[in-house]
Amino acid sequence: MAAKPKLCYFRGRGRMESIRWLLAAAGVEFEEEFIETREQYEKLQKDGRLLFGQVPLVEMDGMVLTQTKAILSYLAAKYDLYGKDLKERVRVDMYADGTLDLMMMIALAAFKTPGEKEENLALVVKKAKTCYFPAFEKILKDHGEDFLVGNKFSWADVQLLEAILMVEELDASVLSDFPLLKAFKTRISSIPTIKKFLQPGSQRKLPPDSHYVKTVRKVLQL
Amino acid sequence: MAAKPKLYYFDGRGRMEPIRWLLAAAGVEFEEEFLETSKDLEKLRNDGSLMFQQVPMVEIDGMKLVQCRAILNYIAAKYNLYGKDTKERALIDMYIEGVADLNEMYLFWSISPPNEQAAKMTQMKDKIANCYLPAFEKVLKSHGQDYVVGNRLSRADIHLVELLYTVDELDPSLLANFPLLKALKTRISNLPTVKKFLQPGSPRKPPLDEKNLAKVKEIFQLK
Repeated sequence: MAAKPKLCYFRGRGRMESIRWLLAAAGVEFEEEFIETREQYEKLQKDGRLLFGQVPLVEMDGMVLTQTKAILSYLAAKYDLYGKDLKERVRVDMYADGTLDLMMMIALAAFKTPGEKEENLALVVKKAKTCYFPAFEKILKDHGEDFLVGNKFSWADVQLLEAILMVEELDASVLSDFPLLKAFKTRISSIPTIKKFLQPGSQRKLPPDSHYVKTVRKVLQL
Repeated sequence: MAAKPKLYYFDGRGRMEPIRWLLAAAGVEFEEEFLETSKDLEKLRNDGSLMFQQVPMVEIDGMKLVQCRAILNYIAAKYNLYGKDTKERALIDMYIEGVADLNEMYLFWSISPPNEQAAKMTQMKDKIANCYLPAFEKVLKSHGQDYVVGNRLSRADIHLVELLYTVDELDPSLLANFPLLKALKTRISNLPTVKKFLQPGSPRKPPLDEKNLAKVKEIFQLK
C-alpha cells in the first residue's frame, strides 16, 4: 500500500493550506510534520530536502517536492482534477492562479504592522468584490454549469471555495451581490470529501494568529 | 492558417519576457501589441479582455489567456516542452517556480525607488549565488545530462537559461563558479530557435531604462 503523502510546514495556513484542501478534496489522507523551531528548519536544509531552502515540502510517490504551484499541479493531474484536455487545463490554471493571488495577499497581510495589515486586508476585500468574484460570477453565468470548468469538479472549484471562505472571514457579506457564487459555495461545500474537511477536527488550519506569526518569524529569521 | 499568438503588454520584459522566450524557443512566431499609456490598459479592461484586470494577456488558439503560469503551462504542453509524464512535469515545475521567484525579485528590484535598489540588489545577489545557482548546478551534476530534466529539451532549460542571461547582465562574476550552468547556457544558446532569438532585432526586450521605467509607472499607476 502506498505511503501517505507527508506535508512539512508550520502549523498554520500560509502557503500549504491550498495543498491541504486539494488533497482533502481528492479524498487523500496525509500526514503532517510541523516546524516549530529554527533547529528543525536548519536540519531540513542540511538534509538537502529543500531545493531552494524553503517550505512547503511534500514527500509523496518517491519525490521530495517543494514549490507550492508545482505540488498543486502534480496533485491536480494525479487525481484527475485538471480538466480533460489542454484547453480545459489552461482555464483551470488561470482560475486557480487568480484565487491563489488573492489568498496570498491575505497570508502576507498577517506579517505586516497592524495599520498596514488592516489596509491590506481591506484592499483584499475590495479586490474580491470588484475584480475576482465578478469574474467568477460571470464564468458561472456564461455556461450555467455547476462547476467552473468542463462541467466537472476540478482544482479550480476547490481553490475558489477556499478563497471565498477566506474572504468571508474578513467580511461575511462579501457574496451578497453574487448569487451564483453563493449557490456554488453551498454546492461545493456539500461534496462529501469537502464536507468532511470543513468539519472541526479536520486538518484544515485556522487563520494566522500572533503565535503563528511569531513562530514563522523566529524560524525563518524574518 | 492559424493566426499568430498575440501578446498584450508594455514594450519591456516584466512578466511577459519568459513567454516571449518560450514561444521563440518553440519556433513560434508571434505578434505584440504594446501598452503605451494607462489609457491603453483601461481600454483592455473595459473591453472585458482581461479576466482579472491584469496583463500579461495572450490571445492564442481562440482564447484570451491571462496569468503567466497558465499561459506558460499551455505553451509548454502544446509544443511538447513539458517532460514526458507527470513526474517529469513535477520536477520541471519545481525548478521553474524557483526561477520564477528569482524573476519576481528582479522585477521588483527594477521598479524600486533608487534608494532601495542597492539593498535589494545585495539580497538578490546573495540568493543567486548561495541558493539558486548552487541548486541548479547540483541538479545538472546529479545526472550529468545535457538538459535539466529527462535528458531532452524542456521549458526548464529555456527558463533557466533566460535567468542566466539576466544574472550575467547583473554581474558576470556570479556565474564563475558554476561550470555546468555555463555549459548549459552555451548549449541552449546554440539551438537554432534560441540563437535566432538572441540576435539583435528579435522580440527579446532589453532591461528597463529610466524612460521606460517612467512609462511603466504611468501605465500601471505605480508610485
